Amino acid sequence: MDSINLSNKTDWSFIEEVAEKSGQNPSLCYQCGNCTAGCPYSHFFDYPVSQIMRLLQAGQKDTILSSKAIWLCATCETCTTRCPCEIDVAHIMDTLRIIARRENRVSEKDIKTFYDAFLSSVKQFGRLYEVGTLLTYNLKSGNIMTDADLGPKVMSHNKIHFFPRSIKGKDQVAKIYERYQDKAKKHG
Amino acid sequence: MAEREYAYFSGCSLEGTASEYDASVRAVLKELNVRFREPDDWSCCGSTPAHTVDHVFAAALAARNLRLIEKIGLDTVIAPCPACMTAFKKAQHSMTESEIFKNKVNELLDEPYNCGVESKSALQVLFEDVGLDAIAERVTHALPGLKVAPYYGCILNRPPEIAKFDDPENPISMDKVLMAAGVEVTNFAFKLECCGAAFGVAKREMVNQLTYKVLSMALDSGANCIAVACPLCQQNLDLRQEQVNKTMGSNLNIPILYFTQILGLVYGLPPREIGIDKLVVSADDIVYSRITVEEMRKRAELEAQAKAKKPEKKIAKEEVKTEENE
Repeated sequence: MDSINLSNKTDWSFIEEVAEKSGQNPSLCYQCGNCTAGCPYSHFFDYPVSQIMRLLQAGQKDTILSSKAIWLCATCETCTTRCPCEIDVAHIMDTLRIIARRENRVSEKDIKTFYDAFLSSVKQFGRLYEVGTLLTYNLKSGNIMTDADLGPKVMSHNKIHFFPRSIKGKDQVAKIYERYQDKAKKHG
Repeated sequence: MAEREYAYFSGCSLEGTASEYDASVRAVLKELNVRFREPDDWSCCGSTPAHTVDHVFAAALAARNLRLIEKIGLDTVIAPCPACMTAFKKAQHSMTESEIFKNKVNELLDEPYNCGVESKSALQVLFEDVGLDAIAERVTHALPGLKVAPYYGCILNRPPEIAKFDDPENPISMDKVLMAAGVEVTNFAFKLECCGAAFGVAKREMVNQLTYKVLSMALDSGANCIAVACPLCQQNLDLRQEQVNKTMGSNLNIPILYFTQILGLVYGLPPREIGIDKLVVSADDIVYSRITVEEMRKRAELEAQAKAKKPEKKIAKEEVKTEENE
């Protein structure tokens, strides 16, 4: 990690925002590194999870929100399970991801594109339409051949539906999205 | 068990790529006389993508379904998919803990949810409610030679505050359920290690690398099969096994069965009824190895007799050797 001038680069409001939204107290972390040791993704992270916690304590908003780590976290809950200070670390990672999404600063675009394809499928049909989600992802991400090799496997084992199945209450589900979006607009 | 009735929530995966999980859970519950009803017109639980948007929004997608279950008068739901189960358990936890959170969620719903539904995985229901004795009692068949690595995945029993089931570091419920069914299990150190979860599409190579570790650790434990309880684990380990081999230069070929499919096999159910034909890495050898418990007993008797004879031969051989040495 680079050296940081804490006297003028600490974003105190960011620390407060994360603490409030996650319901966790980041200052409890004493950097034992247990989370990083257990994290199956440490190898793939630009900043291991314990460093994200330290960056958070130092209010390093820009570094955190532009990190790959917050998007590569799978919420496997190993860190939360093992934290000796009982910090829900995975929930903090989740909160950071939500803030990055809101501020439109997504470092791992493909992951977000996949999540969005999933959610728009659910909004449209009420349930997940697996084939449609994959196709939407392939078109929007530009990686049009993603998992094309799996096609023959799922087809020969009769594992997929080619057409979506809508539920009767799909409007109720779409309304959840709309009400949430209205509220988010009003309250920021 | 007969008097109690559960709700059953299959979820999106079990309608599609994990239809064999759905078929085998239903078949095993039926065999064990567990009664259940399905809520009408259920929707997606929100899964991983929803909680990257907002926690209230994610809880609302889950709570719409919990409300449907409440409406049909049931208080416990069996959710075989850990993503659905965790979404439900998290929504329930946050909504009961905080009145403010509960109100925020209910403001997004057509009908408010009153927090009256507890969620359990199929494994939890079998282990805690049905019990090992009942599971063992129904066994009619054996699978000699099968050595299973029980793979729990990350969220079936974690975090402990939400899951409230089994041990968060060394769970034993699936081990015990399989052992009660007469199946041999291995000591699998990676039983909780993450398979790569929902990153299969966007980060395929990363998932392949993680999955490779799980598969190789299972082989190292002496297993020739892995039992799973999660559609995503199954997909990453089974459907993507050939991708793993390409990415890692390996030559793995290990069948990945839902633990309920293994129970179905020892309960003597037809392989098609529990979707064995849907597995990408073939489990046909396991099906062919299946014999009745009676045949197994006879086989064991014969082996015991053969063993009883062996020591005499050994002694004879040793005598010959000593003579030669002299």
